[in-house]
Amino acid sequence: MSAGLALDAGIVALLLCAAGAAVAARSAFAGVVGFLAYGLALALAWVRLAAVDVALTEAAVSALTGVLLLGAAVRLRASEAAVAAERPSRGLRLAAALLCSAVAAGLAAVVLAFADPAPSLAPDAARRLPATGLDNPVTAALLSWRAVDTLLEKVVLLAGLLAVWSLAHDRAWGGRPGPPPRATRDGALALLARLLPPIGIVTGVYLVWTAADHPGGAFPGSTLLAAMWVLARMAGAVDAPAVGDPRLRAALVAGPLAFFAVGFAGYAWADGFLAYPAGWAKPLIVAIEIPMTISVAAALALLVAGPPVRAPSR
Amino acid sequence: MSAETLYGLGAALLAAVGLYGFVVSPHPLRRLVGFNVFGSAVFVVFGVVARRGAAAGLVADPIPHAMVITGIVVAFVSTALAVALLLRLHAATGRASLRDDGA
Repeated sequence: MSAGLALDAGIVALLLCAAGAAVAARSAFAGVVGFLAYGLALALAWVRLAAVDVALTEAAVSALTGVLLLGAAVRLRASEAAVAAERPSRGLRLAAALLCSAVAAGLAAVVLAFADPAPSLAPDAARRLPATGLDNPVTAALLSWRAVDTLLEKVVLLAGLLAVWSLAHDRAWGGRPGPPPRATRDGALALLARLLPPIGIVTGVYLVWTAADHPGGAFPGSTLLAAMWVLARMAGAVDAPAVGDPRLRAALVAGPLAFFAVGFAGYAWADGFLAYPAGWAKPLIVAIEIPMTISVAAALALLVAGPPVRAPSR
Repeated sequence: MSAETLYGLGAALLAAVGLYGFVVSPHPLRRLVGFNVFGSAVFVVFGVVARRGAAAGLVADPIPHAMVITGIVVAFVSTALAVALLLRLHAATGRASLRDDGA
């Protein structure tokens, strides 16, 4: 067995252990901690699958998911004992385990029966990459060839945020999410909230900028920016903005608006929606990416913050 | 065995673990964890497809990678919405049960 394959076997074993711990843990909190470890191991797996852009996104997003789930686990701790009584009987669990094993066997059969040579769009991507002026084919896929997917995803992000906000009480509508900030002066959290944001913000912006030619991207970049804000908010250094604030609304829609504007302009200067005129692809992609980063970072951070609970000041 | 097959078979097992957690856990938050494990296992299968599609000087097919990145963000949005719904349910009823008797 080569060293590379041994490493892969180790990563797969780590993934299975972490996933098992996440699912079988005694408390929801412990389960979420297992899930955090799983997310990190998964990022390693993506690197080994030669998907560095995905690895960066996975690492950043699963950390944010972890924060979200940890917060919920703490708030729901008191409810766990009552719900535990609803655990299905041993026979039902056994039946579920058998059916899940059947799913695994089916998937494994599909994996072993993959067509050889594998179907691939890589030759097309390599041929068309020079026309985009980019060097990173994943960014070209996200913002040029499949730009409509990315555009719709922006809209899904906003729709999700609206759905979360709509769970607010009437009196809190337009107000701020979460409890008022309580500044922590000492301890690891206060130190990290001072130390990490400068590094995280520079790294986040760099990831967005470098994505044209190297692994990176607007998603991991904006997730990192959102994570820095979440960290500062946990330490009580900043307060969540009021969801009715027009500046916040402008930041949220800037990305989709720029995307739609460039998309419709494609009818005038090229041959259709989201088509870029020859030689202009790269500047236009950068022009979309900058407002998109701001919008995605704001939406992700506010999704972690949750619905508004404090009434707006009038 | 190639590394791609190894990750593919690993993902098949991960899908089973995630699905089991999603089906069996009584607590909605634990179901969410299982749901996320299951979803990411499906992404890894897709990543294996992309890796096997390496050609023309590219280390992998970039189109599945772009779709997985989009999928990861959408999975986060749905998780955030589910957490918000769950916390609202808990605030409204004092319970976190999905059972509809006695509520």
